[in-house]
Amino acid sequence: MRIKGQATDLDDLDWKILQALQENARWTYTEIGRRLGVAHSTVYERIRRLEHHGIIKKYTAVVDFEKADLRQVTAIMTVFTDPKESENVAAKLSEFKEVLEVFTSLSEELLIIAKVVAEDPDKLHSFIAQSVAPLEGVLRIRTSIITRKYKEHNFIVKRS
Amino acid sequence: MPEIEASHPLPSSSPSQTLKKLPREKAFYFFTSIGNYTGESAASLEEFLEKIKGVSIKSLEFHLYREDFEKWIAQTLEDKELAQEIQNLRNMNLSGDNLRDQIYLTVSKRYEKIKHEL
Repeated sequence: MRIKGQATDLDDLDWKILQALQENARWTYTEIGRRLGVAHSTVYERIRRLEHHGIIKKYTAVVDFEKADLRQVTAIMTVFTDPKESENVAAKLSEFKEVLEVFTSLSEELLIIAKVVAEDPDKLHSFIAQSVAPLEGVLRIRTSIITRKYKEHNFIVKRS
Repeated sequence: MPEIEASHPLPSSSPSQTLKKLPREKAFYFFTSIGNYTGESAASLEEFLEKIKGVSIKSLEFHLYREDFEKWIAQTLEDKELAQEIQNLRNMNLSGDNLRDQIYLTVSKRYEKIKHEL
């Protein structure tokens, strides 16, 4: 791993370790080393450096909400904004606990795409109507409630 | 027909409150379905009346049958009488242009009456 200003240049082993951790963050250094054909001390050292440089931000648990009987509505909300206000809208959306992820996208218009959760459709609507629509610069909103999830992974795509 | 007080405790009507311009967070935002905001909003009864003429029928039906209009009019504009009249319209199961016409007529009559009272 080489540091170049704000960016970090990862080598092939770094990428493989990151992929292994994303598959299972609870694998031991020994297990990862065995899978990658390197010593556990090498894995330990690489992970320590990846953590130190903030490339590994945290370790978390992926919860199956259905099995946990946590009934909630997840929606993808597309917010069309005045370009002058889009940064502010994205920043304000990011502060709400109901909003899990926020992205900006430029297609024909400037869009903010956000993943939103709520207890039920009524609460989802109330949140959008009372907290999102009134934000300065919001022009209109399209929301799609997710009915079934086929795949969800945050795996990295290794650059070739 | 149940009275509106049964579901929403309402303050007395106040003409000045009903006609005042509201801050953004208290405006009425027109949606066509859950989470789908049209971009149209009304920050006063006068603006609300104007928007009724232009928003889609789908939006009017969505809000009327969710009781959004009567709640906003009762709780934010604090107009008990108009909220009751809107509830009466809801109970008539109107739809389409007839629905738009009846809401417009009801709100415009009330608006003119309040303006006259001031």
